Amino acid sequence: MLDFPRWKIWSICLALAIGVLISIPTFIPESVAQRWGIGSMPRVNLGLDLSGGSHLMLEADTTDLAKQNLIRMEEMVRTEMRRADPPIAIGDISTTGGRLSFFVRDGSRVDAAVERLRTLTQPSGMTGQRDWNVQVVDSTRVVLTPTEAGLAQATDAAMQVATEVVRKRIDEMGTREPTIIRQGAERIVVQVPGLQDPAALKALLGKTAKLEFKLVDLTANPQDVAQGRAPVGSEIIPYPDNPSGVPLIAVKRRAMLTGDELINAQLSYNQQTNEPVVSITFNSEGGRKFARVTQENVNKPFAMVLDGKVLSAPNINEPILGGQAQISGRFTTDSANQLAIALRSGKLPVALKVVEERTVGPDLGADSIRAGTLASAIAAIAVVIFMFVSYGRFGLYADLAVVINIFVILGVMALLNATLTLPGIAGFVLTIGTAVDANVLINERVREEIRRGRSPTQAVEHGYKEASRTIFEANVTHAIAGIIMFILGSGQVKGFAVVLLIGIATSVFTAVVFTRMLVSQWLRRTRPASLHI
Amino acid sequence: MRLLKLVPDNTNIGFVRLRVVAFIITALLTVAAIGATATRGLNMGVDFVGGLMIEAKFATPPSLDAVRSNIDALGVGTSSLQQFGDPGTISIRLPVPDSNDPGATNAVVNKVDASLKKQFPGVVFTRTDTVSGKVSGELIQNGVLAVVLAVLGIAVFSWLRYEWQFGVSTFVAIVHDVLMTLGFFAVTQLEFDLNIVAAVLTIVGYSINDKMVIDDRIRENMRKFRQMDMKALIDLSVNETLPRTVMTSVTVFLALGALLLFGGHVLRGFAAAMLLGVVVGTYSSIYVSSSLLISLGLQPLRIAKPEAGRPEAERVGP
Repeated sequence: MLDFPRWKIWSICLALAIGVLISIPTFIPESVAQRWGIGSMPRVNLGLDLSGGSHLMLEADTTDLAKQNLIRMEEMVRTEMRRADPPIAIGDISTTGGRLSFFVRDGSRVDAAVERLRTLTQPSGMTGQRDWNVQVVDSTRVVLTPTEAGLAQATDAAMQVATEVVRKRIDEMGTREPTIIRQGAERIVVQVPGLQDPAALKALLGKTAKLEFKLVDLTANPQDVAQGRAPVGSEIIPYPDNPSGVPLIAVKRRAMLTGDELINAQLSYNQQTNEPVVSITFNSEGGRKFARVTQENVNKPFAMVLDGKVLSAPNINEPILGGQAQISGRFTTDSANQLAIALRSGKLPVALKVVEERTVGPDLGADSIRAGTLASAIAAIAVVIFMFVSYGRFGLYADLAVVINIFVILGVMALLNATLTLPGIAGFVLTIGTAVDANVLINERVREEIRRGRSPTQAVEHGYKEASRTIFEANVTHAIAGIIMFILGSGQVKGFAVVLLIGIATSVFTAVVFTRMLVSQWLRRTRPASLHI
Repeated sequence: MRLLKLVPDNTNIGFVRLRVVAFIITALLTVAAIGATATRGLNMGVDFVGGLMIEAKFATPPSLDAVRSNIDALGVGTSSLQQFGDPGTISIRLPVPDSNDPGATNAVVNKVDASLKKQFPGVVFTRTDTVSGKVSGELIQNGVLAVVLAVLGIAVFSWLRYEWQFGVSTFVAIVHDVLMTLGFFAVTQLEFDLNIVAAVLTIVGYSINDKMVIDDRIRENMRKFRQMDMKALIDLSVNETLPRTVMTSVTVFLALGALLLFGGHVLRGFAAAMLLGVVVGTYSSIYVSSSLLISLGLQPLRIAKPEAGRPEAERVGP
């Protein structure tokens, strides 16, 4: 007990000193830290509930995704069968019930058709399953059913793109330090510190921004349009800003061009009217198509359809050959800018729904930090005084351990890049309360041993030994609760679990190892005849 | 300086003697807690039932009725109001608008904001939470799963480390703690949200800490006093660990008390739950888990016999 090798003392002190040092940047305001050149040192992140800001959880619309998956397959099948050498005639293609089915006109070519389909399906998942099941029913009908693994793969691919698109769109908004994390199979969590109005963010994210350019069907009878009846080959879609007053318009079903051929979109101003407009630029393929369409349809209106709604339907006054055009609508600068961002950052491959949204005002966050710090300080002071009054010198050692423990927890949190949330502060305060438990156990044991008539050194030695086992048992079980909270918890609960787990580890170290060192040094120096504990 | 001793040396309180009375009281309280939870239900926060929660801070404390009629006139669904923290802060709960449009929630928030601002100038929304029904269902599921797994995990741990009786008694005691906490929330109708689940898990953790300390001492004494009557042994162990139990409870009380008084309104429910948990957990360590060991037939000899047979038991130490 008394003999504590020098290297051990040094390594304990060094470990704790490092922990304390790492926690220091957290207490320095960011601007000051930058000036001192320690701006890049790890610090404890504050959760949104403390710093204020918005948290959104977005979820992919999987039914929509499955539908799109099916439509894409349909297109691929059509192209594949129409391919030369020689084409296979198919008919009655349908996508009902989540399956794709068609029949092969020439019964003898069913096998050839199935053979071609093989190139369209891919192995997916671990089981060697393919992403689509191909079956032949009634000898000429081919049925393609997406497999579970195939759907999961499609979702995964779509979510990867969606996460990127979300990231790009949020970056374009110029918000600072957003966090965008994919969570589970079909969710994305977006956290933007300091953002007070999530409406703009949601509007931006909610857009699938599917842009299409379609010819307006001039043959449609206005009365029919008003009643939602479209001529063959056309469809009626909403046109909220229609100058005619009817919020509907008939357009050709086939899109002349889609947003995929867009390479840039920007806010600009119409030179004549000074209205905000969105300037768009096509790629060479798109530019060529656009030139051809506009050449063939001079003096006819052309509808720009965004997500199934007509933004505007300007007349084609002259062929637009340069691959550049302007979308005008009743835009404000903000709405034009948002549209430009949405177009620029590409199409979301799947519709995203907001399933959880939390916004905390900066005042509340600041209030919470203030209240939390105050509570922590008062808790610490109360516990420190109580321990000293109860155990004297030994209480003082425990107090030193608790105070160092507070800094070390923050240091470890900074190192792990953990986030401090409001329940985290509660975890902190609780840690202060329970951190002394180990010392209470030890000190009570020492008292017992002294009552049994042991010498001070022996009492301390036995006290530490006996209590250490109990401390270990108790903390392992406590940690079990913490680990389960960490694994299952989301958001706040996780934040709490992190602090609790770190606190358990560091408090055992400071309470058992560190105080033992202090006590042994003191015993060695003074060799007291009796212990005052 | 004379040191403070909350528990005098060599206490000898007959805890076990009172165990039948304690069992009856515990059983009655537990049944009452279950009854309260079943009949009154918990005041579930939006985390668990889904919905829209706005925390509004008014310049001057308004009357709840005035706020309610103001919001109900908007036709955004039935509101439920609750004052919390200072009198000027009111939480407004509304159903999530039934629409696929992602902007619908914001439209509701803006509508409420505009309408309240008109009647109560200076009102600020400090926080809004929206949780859809699907997510709230998952949060409930995960919360319940977390508590159940934590309780089971701990029971299995103490069963593996000690005798099976310890596992069972710990399990029963923790279930008791959880039920009592739920009962408390059902009676007070304090909002039960994700933070409270964290609090419940913490109570479980704290309570188990407490039980481990006593169980460890019981086991130690079982080895030391092989012929002692089990009731006396448990009384001895509880009395021996009593100073520690009281000391730690006081430090935790001090810390949580600071949190309750100064930690701000957001953490008040949390602090209240944990304070209650400390009381319930300490009580159940003594009167539920330790006393239950006797009813489960734990005998000192069960451990003592095989150990006495081991050759190293005869060894003379250095």
